[in-house]
Amino acid sequence: MAARAEALPLPRSWPSGGAALAVAFSTAYLSLIVLLPIAALVWATHAHASWQAVSSPQAVAALKLTVLVSLGVAVFQAIAGTAVAWTLVRDSFPGQSVVNALIDLPFALPTIVTSLTLLALYGPRSPVGVDAAFTRWAILLALLFVTLPFVVRTVQPVLVELDREMEDAAASLGASTFAIFRRVVLPNIVPAILSGVALAFARAVGEFGSVVLVSGNVPFRTEVASVYILGRIESGDPAGAAAVSVVLLGIALVVLLGIGAIRRRATRHDG
Amino acid sequence: MGRYLLRCGALGYLAVLLLAPVGLVFYRAFEHGFWPAWHAIASPDAMHALKLTLVAAAIAVPANMVFGILCALAIVRYRVPGFRLVNALVDLPLALSPVVVGLSLLLLYGRNGWLGGHNVLFATPAIVLATIFVSLPFVVREVVPVLREIGTEQEQAASTLGASGFEIFRRITLPSIRWAVAYGVVLTTARALGEYGAVRVVSGNIVGQTETTTLFVANRYQDFETQAAYAASIVLALIAVVTLLLMNRLRPKEETR
Repeated sequence: MAARAEALPLPRSWPSGGAALAVAFSTAYLSLIVLLPIAALVWATHAHASWQAVSSPQAVAALKLTVLVSLGVAVFQAIAGTAVAWTLVRDSFPGQSVVNALIDLPFALPTIVTSLTLLALYGPRSPVGVDAAFTRWAILLALLFVTLPFVVRTVQPVLVELDREMEDAAASLGASTFAIFRRVVLPNIVPAILSGVALAFARAVGEFGSVVLVSGNVPFRTEVASVYILGRIESGDPAGAAAVSVVLLGIALVVLLGIGAIRRRATRHDG
Repeated sequence: MGRYLLRCGALGYLAVLLLAPVGLVFYRAFEHGFWPAWHAIASPDAMHALKLTLVAAAIAVPANMVFGILCALAIVRYRVPGFRLVNALVDLPLALSPVVVGLSLLLLYGRNGWLGGHNVLFATPAIVLATIFVSLPFVVREVVPVLREIGTEQEQAASTLGASGFEIFRRITLPSIRWAVAYGVVLTTARALGEYGAVRVVSGNIVGQTETTTLFVANRYQDFETQAAYAASIVLALIAVVTLLLMNRLRPKEETR
């Protein structure tokens, strides 16, 4: 009762009891599920001074391969993803809604099943005669598969909302199709492309399930960071595993901060 | 002309990348007929794995749904100092490697960990915790934009008319976010059923005991029992197809067109 009387000027919609509950519960839940394990991870590297583990040649090779391939994949998805989003929004053809639904398949499909599907097609018994298993090409294919939805799904809603009058105006002034795309459409969808690319990059850097069976995991050749970490865990070196994990954690945090900055800038320009 | 080129390019890319491999798994699973695939799925180990996967999802999904709704409300409706940090942390499971998630739990609940010695690791609790971790962001991420969009006018009106906080939540807020919650739950379920990396690290991977369906697929494949691996993959792929259909139904409309 008292809460309601106080709430008359209504700066917020709920009485403070509910607010306190929501804030307290979500803070406690997040701390227990996410924050505490992450803290334990960071603490493990501190306790064992395991920074030597990060600078071991095998760890450096794994991290380098992971970051380079992920960068390549993310940049490629920027172009391919934008083209797919464009086709889904601006083009119209029979079966379009089915294709639109298929975009989410890599998300819905468990990563280990992705591994098996890729091995079935591009593995030792390949019906198309392409045996890419246990090569860097296999890693590339797996990462392309799992990162497909990100750019498409961030660019698509922006394209839908985009005012076509600007493009019509540019066309009536004699701009070519390419000039319209580059100078009218592209500046509007760049923030969406960038956040999609960042998400795809983060996903690629951390990817494990779809890569582990197809890459062969040859040290210095086809061993990505997450597989290297698993190797350290399984050979009883959790401190070394933790050190490389903290590098991946750092990359994840930087990417998330970057996406936050892109979003804030995009909304400021809107207003 | 350019438009057809783009259409063919985009569709060809999707066909090579998505459809061909997935179609082939179905072919491989039923290569020797229906019954071998069926017997592989109905084996005790496979059934136990499926049960474990479903148990983990049955705990993780409702827990993350309740958290997702409350956390989204806390982020959008109440400006608590420092809560932006929470907002950033919610996304971490999306960007973090599942193996790192597994290792973090291993270090926290392991022998020398801060919460060690409770028989969490290499058993169902660890599998559940890993599943909750990786599927945590989805409900929050779907509900937050909807809450922002609907504003507070209706809730304020209800409040001036004397509705209690819980009544406002049940009769105004919840009905307007229910589709976002449903969509988030579908995403959470898909992620929970398909998790592999984090579960592999914390479960101990003991056949018939702590082996989930995704682990079953990987283990059978590595033991050269590819028939069983492909058959179990089909079960997971079918779940993925159902998820896909539900996602398509529930996706916020402005994204389709």
